[in-house]
Amino acid sequence: MASVLAGREDYEVTEGEVQFEGKNLLELEPNERACEGIFLAFQYPVEIPGVSTVNFMKTALNKIREYRGQPSLDAVAFLQLMKEKMKLVEIDQSLLSRSLNEGFSGGEKKRNEIFQMAMLEPKLSILDETDSGLDIDALRIVANGVNKLRSKNNATIVVTHYQRLLEYIVPDYVHVLYKGKIVKSGGKELAMELEAKGYDWIKNELALA
Amino acid sequence: MSAITSDIDLKEKIVRAFEQTPDKKNAQRVEAIQNFQKLGLPSNKSEEYRFTPITRALERNFRFDQLNAVPSKINSIDQFLIPDLEANLIVFINGIYSADHSKIISPESEIIISDLRKAVNQSEAPAYFEKYLKSSVDPFTALNSALWQDGVFIQVPAKTKVAKPVFVLHINNAETEQSIAHTRLLVVLDQESELTLIERSASLGENNIFHTFAEEIIVKENASLDYIKIQNDEGKLHQVANSLIHQSDRSKLNTFTLTLNGSLIRNNFHIAIDGENCVSHFYGLYLLNGNTLADNHTVVDHIKPNSFSNEFYKGVMDGNSKGVFNGKIFVRPHAQKTNAFQSNRNILLTDTATVNTKPQLEIWADDVKCSHGCTSGQLDEEALFYLRSRGISLNEAKAMLLYAFALETLEPIKNPILKTYLDNLISIRLNKS
Repeated sequence: MASVLAGREDYEVTEGEVQFEGKNLLELEPNERACEGIFLAFQYPVEIPGVSTVNFMKTALNKIREYRGQPSLDAVAFLQLMKEKMKLVEIDQSLLSRSLNEGFSGGEKKRNEIFQMAMLEPKLSILDETDSGLDIDALRIVANGVNKLRSKNNATIVVTHYQRLLEYIVPDYVHVLYKGKIVKSGGKELAMELEAKGYDWIKNELALA
Repeated sequence: MSAITSDIDLKEKIVRAFEQTPDKKNAQRVEAIQNFQKLGLPSNKSEEYRFTPITRALERNFRFDQLNAVPSKINSIDQFLIPDLEANLIVFINGIYSADHSKIISPESEIIISDLRKAVNQSEAPAYFEKYLKSSVDPFTALNSALWQDGVFIQVPAKTKVAKPVFVLHINNAETEQSIAHTRLLVVLDQESELTLIERSASLGENNIFHTFAEEIIVKENASLDYIKIQNDEGKLHQVANSLIHQSDRSKLNTFTLTLNGSLIRNNFHIAIDGENCVSHFYGLYLLNGNTLADNHTVVDHIKPNSFSNEFYKGVMDGNSKGVFNGKIFVRPHAQKTNAFQSNRNILLTDTATVNTKPQLEIWADDVKCSHGCTSGQLDEEALFYLRSRGISLNEAKAMLLYAFALETLEPIKNPILKTYLDNLISIRLNKS
């Protein structure tokens, strides 16, 4: 689902449309979707040798600003913004000067995703299994970053298989997806119930219905 | 007409052209033309020239029975220079040294630059001339050895660091007619000396150009050479460059060959590591488009023990272009404790672009570390999607990835002005495509 929203070409949408702020996302290129305010935090962020996170973010941010009709940030303003966001997600500058994700640990990669999210200030963020492969400390830092970025003007979809992440990022709504469909919705209590009882009871409920 | 009969015709034409030259009695040249006759021009079955139909291109496009017309004067060569680079400038126009455009700025105590035609009959040069680059191996070396028109002899005295680089610029002016040029370079770095040598080929006009280079470079004990070649011809250049670098004990070598334009470019580049504790960085980048064919045939020959070599060539092929890479590494029986690495990576941007890459390792010593790898493929889709998902358009994402891919090859270049210049050439090329 996360990949479809962001526009990965491996998936073909056979029917339906995705409305986002009055636009059909499916008609937009991945970069246009990003400019509209969609952000996908990757489950497995790609390593790109030779491109530093700093340069990459500078290009991306100015592309998005251009799309929104805002002026480009100059080097000084960009650096200032970067410093501010770095603090927010507890990421080190030395990491950002290196080639994008190259040789990063799992935790560092995920932190870099959240850093990019902080920089680009999307309206809708989709965190795709962000908790996979993270130890407790990394999970806490990533979750803190996400929490600090929460505001009235944005929304975040967290895709996960575990309750663990939800102890740190407390959801407003929980939807259970089964075979591509939302089969149950509720508040944060639903996640706790799932953690306690497993998924089987929902499957059973579905079988009965 | 079959390929073989026409091959004989062309060979005969070239031999006849030699007999018209004032140097036809010179013993070395006579030997060379005999070698050329023996070797013959490579047919399409010749293993070494399998992917590069140079003979056919020469047959179709050139008349060897006529001399170059006197080229019209070139008023300004500024467009071919490297901005802000203070260098000793040596200019050849259609294969002939141009005193008007050349300018030596380093003192003679640092570097001796002389006319090779005169130098081969004087004290120092004959000891090195054709010592390692033999006319009996490759037909184009033989052809050049017989027919070379002009050349330069550069010698750096022992314990001398040449502060300003030497920039050898070859311009072929083919605005009115074809141009055929054969030039030579003989460079000797004496013990503990240091030099940066830049060579660039460029052209004017739309007529065909054939240029052979024979380049012998001798790097003695503890000497250090940075050698950068820029092949960026706008015209219809067909060139075969035979370059041989001979390294002695503890010498250091950084080479970088950048190929951007031309019709057919064949580089035969041979590094003979005939010393211990030598270091050789052997880098290349070809960014091709249109119908350009660039063929890098390279040899790293480890003759003595305890040396290190790292060969690193990369290519991006667009349009109908063709890339060819052949990397031979020899590790001779005595060359124990050799470290030899080779890598050739290619990206194809279209369905009609091709690349042929072949590593060839021959190792006779048993205590060595060698590795090689070659890849060819498309841009990484995952990486493209990642960049796009952050707001960067497809074209820009491609350019970013290609630029990052290419830039790695600039690592050995130390001169910051030169590096910026090359970086700029690369980014212009990659943003265009």
